Amino acid sequence: MFRLEARSSTPAWFNLALPLLAIAATLVLCSGLIALAGAGVLESYGVMFTASLGDSYAITETLVRAAPMIFTGLAVAVAFRAKFWNIGAEGQLLAGAVASCFVGAIPMPGPLAMLLMALAGAAAGALVALVPATLRVKFKVDDVVSSLLLNSVIYYALMALIEGPWKDSFSGYPISPPIEDSANFPVLIEGTRLHLGVIVALIAAPLIWFLIVRTTLGFRIRVTGENPEAARYGGIHVERVLLSTALLSGALAGMAGVGEVGGVHFQVMSDISPGYGYSGIVVAMLARLNPLGVVPAAIFLAAVMTGAEAMSRATGVPAFLSDVIQGTALLAMLVALLFTAYRIRRVGATS
Amino acid sequence: MSAVFEQIFQVGFLAAIIRIATPLAFATLGEMFSERAGVLNLGIEGIMLLCAMTGFTATSVSGSLWLGVLVAVLTGMLMGALHALFTVVLGLSQHVCGIGVTLFSSGLAYFLYRLIFGQQSVPPSIKGFQTVPIPLLSDIPVLGPAVFNQFTLVYIAILAIPLAAFVLYRTPWGLSVRMVGENPRAADSAGVSVIATRFQAVILGGALMGLAGAFLSMAQFNAFTFGVVSGRGWVAIALVVFGRWDPWRSAGAALLFAFVDALQLRMQASGLGHIPYEAFLMLPFIFTIVAMAVMSRNAVAPSALLKPFRREER
Repeated sequence: MFRLEARSSTPAWFNLALPLLAIAATLVLCSGLIALAGAGVLESYGVMFTASLGDSYAITETLVRAAPMIFTGLAVAVAFRAKFWNIGAEGQLLAGAVASCFVGAIPMPGPLAMLLMALAGAAAGALVALVPATLRVKFKVDDVVSSLLLNSVIYYALMALIEGPWKDSFSGYPISPPIEDSANFPVLIEGTRLHLGVIVALIAAPLIWFLIVRTTLGFRIRVTGENPEAARYGGIHVERVLLSTALLSGALAGMAGVGEVGGVHFQVMSDISPGYGYSGIVVAMLARLNPLGVVPAAIFLAAVMTGAEAMSRATGVPAFLSDVIQGTALLAMLVALLFTAYRIRRVGATS
Repeated sequence: MSAVFEQIFQVGFLAAIIRIATPLAFATLGEMFSERAGVLNLGIEGIMLLCAMTGFTATSVSGSLWLGVLVAVLTGMLMGALHALFTVVLGLSQHVCGIGVTLFSSGLAYFLYRLIFGQQSVPPSIKGFQTVPIPLLSDIPVLGPAVFNQFTLVYIAILAIPLAAFVLYRTPWGLSVRMVGENPRAADSAGVSVIATRFQAVILGGALMGLAGAFLSMAQFNAFTFGVVSGRGWVAIALVVFGRWDPWRSAGAALLFAFVDALQLRMQASGLGHIPYEAFLMLPFIFTIVAMAVMSRNAVAPSALLKPFRREER
């Protein structure tokens, strides 16, 4: 007989082992779908790997795709650390995209435009995240549902803008006018799409890690999440910490939108985010809410997404496999996390 | 002449409301059962999509509409069981699992659809459900043709509302559902299996979500597209809160939303839209968020919502 036994502490190597275990389980489970499509499993995963990480150009494409998920992953990780259940990174990303696009369309010197785009995008995301946090602090409204529902509100607001007053008059499609050429984020390597925003995302991760692990605010965020009663007893203003966390989380999600506008699309359209906000939840969980872990987790998902398209062309397996992998990875990681709370013990027949 | 035109307008409008409300009513009742037992199911958006896909595919292959509905319902039950396995049996966090189920099910729906039907310039369609007039009742002026000349699935939805209320408030099982959602500890002491009851409620919820998906792809659109659900699952999440976790109120909320949606469609079609139609689509979400703030004082949500139950933890 086996039984689950509560575990008080977890060894450090779990932080690495659990995501790897979850990813391995995901790839094994999804190989069934590849086989169903009549393609070779190893061949398909091989193409996926080569096309996303096999050469330097592929790596830059994967990094471009990873950048928004690094930001949304950080946004979710920070929020979940404080047990502020921000499911609204998608809407905050869209708000950040809209605000930065507004600013980027105003003629001004390039560097100033980029700085103001980032500030506007972060502020817009932060304001959106402040809504569920305020409702929770002031009215005890469940933040899961309110932050989720706000995504739809922001999405329809965006649609109303780009189909209405903000529609690009030179285009037949519902898209916003483009930002100024001078506001386009500089490309760092000639011939690739690797833009400034990707580097900002890569730098943001260690900064947020430092903030969470080494600063007073980070300490307050962690204590509020782990034990709000103790936090309150220790003189921490829990409500204020939740609001600060929401501002930080929303600003990070907003930055994801800034990068997509400034570095990839240069304008806003209805499908500017293929669910990067929800992917942020997958990234944060795979990273075990560690900001440093967010980077490899986001690169993994990005590699799956870029690789899936090449795999589809080469083997005929639908590229939507990447969506299945994403969902499966999240569920597998949640199951793997059980090992942090429990250990499997063999129970002898006599006991 | 204008009187006749007005009547057609009215009947068409009422019928449109009923048709828009039907999948929402199924989905909302499904989510309500799950939440009354204490389990938030954010998988609803993806489950509806997957069920719309499997139901459509089964009908497309077999030619039988009811087989398609059955397959959709079974798919919903299966995905409900998956969500219940994670959240009820393993006690994992409900909101994160729900997002996982939505990502997984919608990914699977896209993947399988593309695998089975390939990439076609014109998406394949089926001959969907036809309206079935109910004798005598459909002769009632205005109301008759609007409500009683509908798809069979609409009648099932109309019957499902009192049935859901009866099951929830008048049967021992419904009492168990409410108990495990309000006070699982007390339910456990009273000999009610919290795990089993929650499992059953989430699976029943999944079955209803399956009907919602089936209606979309087999009666409303007669085809499966990637946008066939397009946020209706999230609307249902909002309507359950707006309807205060009650079958009658939730169904009423679905009807109210359908009215707003039908109005916006009509305004768009008539070109009278000074107000962007998105403003109407936003309304249920904004109303629900405001309602949550207002209702928070009298705590109408099931107390144990989002809380996993482990017997050994006291």
